[in-house]
Amino acid sequence: MTALLAIICVVLLAVIAVQVGKVTELAGKIRGEEEVQEQTNRMNGSIGMIFMIVFLVATVVSAFYYRNWMLGYGPHEAASEHGMSLDYLFNVTLFFTGIVFIITQILLFYFAWKYQGKKDRKALFMPHDNKLEIIWTIIPAIVMTFLVVGGLDVWNETMADVEPGEEVIEFEATGYQFAWALRYPGPDGKLGTRDYTKINGINALGQVWTDEKNMDDLMVDEIVLPKGKKVRVRIIARDVLHNFYLPHFRVKMDAVPGMPTYFVFTPTKTTEEYREELSKYPEYQAPDINEPEKMLWETFNYELACAELCGKGHFSMRRLVRVVEEDEYEVWLNGQKSFYLSSIRGTDEDPYKDELLDFEIKERKAAFNSAVNKARAAVEDSLRIIRLENVNFETGSSTLTPLSRYELDNVVDMLNQYSNMTIEVAGHTDNTGDAEANQALSESRAKIVYDYIVARDIATDRLNFAGYGQDRPVDTNDTDAGRASNRRTEFKILTQ
Amino acid sequence: MASNVAITAPQTQEDLLIEEFGYDDHFHDHHHGDKYQSNFVTTYIFSQDHKMIAKQFLITGMFWAIIGGLMSLVFRLQLGFPEESMAWLKPILGKWITVNEAGIGTLAPEFYYALVTMHGTIIVFFVLTAGLSGTFSNLLIPLQIGARDMASPLLNMFSYWFFFLAGVVMFASLFLNTGPFAGGWTAYPPLSALPQASSGSGAGMTLWTVSLVLFVVSVLLGGINYVTTVLNLRTKGMTMWRLPLTIWAFFVTAIIGILSFPVLASGFFLLMCDRGLGTSFFLSEIFIGGQALDHVGGSPVLYQHLFWFLGHPEVYIIILPAMGIVSEVLSVHARKPIFGYKAMVYSILAIAFLSFIVWAHHMFMSGVNPFISNFFVIFTLIIAVPSAVKVFNWIATLYGGNIRFNSANLFAIGFVSMFISGGLTGIFLGNSAIDIQLHDTYFVVAHFHIVMGIAAFFGMYAGVYHWFPKMFAGRFMNETLGKIHFWGTLIGAYAIFWPMHYLGMAGVPRRYYSFDIFDTFRHFGTMNKFITIAAIIVFALQMLMVINFFYSIWRGKKMTTQNPYGSSTLEWTTPINVGHGNWPGKIPTVQRWPYDYGKDGKEFVTQVTPLTEKEKAEGAH
Repeated sequence: MTALLAIICVVLLAVIAVQVGKVTELAGKIRGEEEVQEQTNRMNGSIGMIFMIVFLVATVVSAFYYRNWMLGYGPHEAASEHGMSLDYLFNVTLFFTGIVFIITQILLFYFAWKYQGKKDRKALFMPHDNKLEIIWTIIPAIVMTFLVVGGLDVWNETMADVEPGEEVIEFEATGYQFAWALRYPGPDGKLGTRDYTKINGINALGQVWTDEKNMDDLMVDEIVLPKGKKVRVRIIARDVLHNFYLPHFRVKMDAVPGMPTYFVFTPTKTTEEYREELSKYPEYQAPDINEPEKMLWETFNYELACAELCGKGHFSMRRLVRVVEEDEYEVWLNGQKSFYLSSIRGTDEDPYKDELLDFEIKERKAAFNSAVNKARAAVEDSLRIIRLENVNFETGSSTLTPLSRYELDNVVDMLNQYSNMTIEVAGHTDNTGDAEANQALSESRAKIVYDYIVARDIATDRLNFAGYGQDRPVDTNDTDAGRASNRRTEFKILTQ
Repeated sequence: MASNVAITAPQTQEDLLIEEFGYDDHFHDHHHGDKYQSNFVTTYIFSQDHKMIAKQFLITGMFWAIIGGLMSLVFRLQLGFPEESMAWLKPILGKWITVNEAGIGTLAPEFYYALVTMHGTIIVFFVLTAGLSGTFSNLLIPLQIGARDMASPLLNMFSYWFFFLAGVVMFASLFLNTGPFAGGWTAYPPLSALPQASSGSGAGMTLWTVSLVLFVVSVLLGGINYVTTVLNLRTKGMTMWRLPLTIWAFFVTAIIGILSFPVLASGFFLLMCDRGLGTSFFLSEIFIGGQALDHVGGSPVLYQHLFWFLGHPEVYIIILPAMGIVSEVLSVHARKPIFGYKAMVYSILAIAFLSFIVWAHHMFMSGVNPFISNFFVIFTLIIAVPSAVKVFNWIATLYGGNIRFNSANLFAIGFVSMFISGGLTGIFLGNSAIDIQLHDTYFVVAHFHIVMGIAAFFGMYAGVYHWFPKMFAGRFMNETLGKIHFWGTLIGAYAIFWPMHYLGMAGVPRRYYSFDIFDTFRHFGTMNKFITIAAIIVFALQMLMVINFFYSIWRGKKMTTQNPYGSSTLEWTTPINVGHGNWPGKIPTVQRWPYDYGKDGKEFVTQVTPLTEKEKAEGAH
């Protein structure tokens, strides 16, 4: 029914339009074509003048009204070094084109009105004028030269990559459908290599973990940058084209799969400073609809967006950008944990699952040594027992897990260091299963440890081994945690 | 309407001149009974008459303009009124509108992008290339150079039917279950190459590519024909320097098309190989849909080079015919010769040449070596010089004229206004440093819509209103409706696109389904509403034009003289109801350039009129 009504309305409107047209044609017939044409010329010439004036006023007034959104004005000043010269260039161009715009629009509609067709008017015969034409070829050419030179100057400076050896903070942004993955290099200052075939659910960037540079790399949720430091962002995409766009910093560069791009810039205002700046403008002194208790300037944040159509979620690839003072940046950076250590280490992803990294070996050795020193200093017998936290066996068997050897090597080192020391290696289990079987298992596990040490040239008279099965729990056997701490391998210092 | 010829005489002065000086090619001895247009099918459907083919191009173009325009209204509704329910569109858009329990309908983002993509493709190729250049090259080349038809009417017919087929395929893609292509009219891979990347990149993209390859064939068949016709079928006396600017524009446009469209086709061919044959021209190191693809070594940037090698000349393929039409219409209705005819020709040639060496200005931010951009900045900004010359010459053409305001001329004046406004913003974008910030924002949307969208439409309207009587048996379109159409569209189009400059300066990116997520972009709700309302009004005004168009075909005011505008070009020496072969008797021969208006006290002198003694030829005075 509504559809029918709509159709009827449209048809009626069409009929009205046609009738309006017909009426004026009839008027033309009655009053004579020339007469009507002259009147039409007068009317349309005048409408043109009115249009021109209203249009030019509207452009100027609207530009003034929106001045605070325009490049280089008010709160919309660039927040980066190169952004300032870019804004300047924009405004120089605006100045020249603005003049041309106003003059040509005025002349166009003014001439149309001034020379509106009249019965007694004769048109000039003016097919060309070389002098005029040369003038209006040369003037635009000069202005263009000026703009080209200025533009290229800014362009080449902005797009220059960092010199080798130059101090720069580098981070990496990877676009994918539909988000940005952000990676910082960690303490070594270098981003590790990537291989797109290694990408999976955990390893979103396909980082190659055999590359040491990857181990300290950080994956973060927001871009944090120190004010006043040169930043180089390495930009790449994982699936389709994206574009790394930081509107406030005048930064924009495509993210291309298979071809890393870059952009170098220097932030000049911290987020706080930018907010301060904004607080002066009425546009920002209104409550934020998303957080009504705060003003717009208070909720302001720099943002990262995507500016290259990448599919249905293109409009949603947002990340926050925070610019802070340098010391705050250091604090933030030090608070981040390496992605490898927090999420990859020890998982199936980890190529070093079965070995310890140098720093881990050092850490464990230090921990072991301090335990040994404590035990040696102890008076009571019971405190001279050192639990081998990192010696583990495959479930239900007496095969050492690969990582146990580091701890056992520490034991060997200790015995070499203290040449008179003798120890007893002891195996313990929890109370699950058959007691006799537990006894046997604990003994065979202790023996494996014994064998390992003896195989490393430690005299057999310096150590013995014993299995205690489930008889000497150090914790309750009623909980999982308790049972776990009861399953253990330890040694006791017999003589120092 | 002033006319210095005796309109009551049984034969016009032009007819007598043609009879006296014309060239007898014995046309009627050969075409007795007109076997090529003997029945309904050969007259109206598979016609080989350039005038009928022109009408076919025009009406098909109008069909596509309406579709493309309606699409823009739907996505404008999404942008202007994101909160409003779109459930009422469900009967048309079906599953692309999801209605929640409360009855609120939302447009699917995939379909939003499909609409944006189709809007661009349709308007750029089907409307402003085929509908504009196809229509007027066909109509005017033979009529204005004094030829009986195109060099090859058969290829000309094929040119239309390939365009028609391209349209059928594109239209079919709108109804696919996975939706039409949604990766932007530029179809950048990998998005366009991988069905996993977007649902429209499956069958939708296949049909899109097939359609555009058919379209390239159409353009090439047409283009070869236009060039050949202009070079070989000019009548006696019609030297190149006596061609009206329309013909210069169509001629150069056709050359640009012939040189650039095959590059697009080759880009599409390689893209198809990547899609179907497992090659890696444009693909490298991609992980998508949980899978690392085998493609290595390709470059998405290579496609962009191929695409924009056409893509940039394409904007001149669109705008040059409009410029040609505007030059002609302005001159005729200002009753003055076009100012600086030779400068106009040279600037067309300069623009055409430069259009081939500026393509990478679309790619400043695409990851190409920044050094190479230096050259493209220089060449791009040089284009401003011939463009400025043209603008100044149009304004100078109005100076001292005796201007007749009819719809055609109004649209020509409107074209100049739009071309200035849109052209100047090109100076910002062509400067790569400024483009860092403005690239892919609404500033670009504003720029190209004004300079090659609205301006080209204005050129097209100027042509339609002006030559309507030549197309449809001597009937005019209604002038009152035409003027409402013009003023409404002029104001409305600025209302739509002017505010977008501010959006762009504020950094708002184009091709965003919604702005709410970003603090930086979400403050322009009112402006977006305003733009959408303006767009709806402007679209309604175009419907007024369509009504006027079809009404006038059958009921328009009849032309009473052969040459109603007092125009000096050849098309107005043909009979009011011009038949196959254009001139009933001899072909006119040309005695002078086409812009003798107001010369030596005569209001106009047609091209068939011989020079009087002591009269200086061409533009000399």
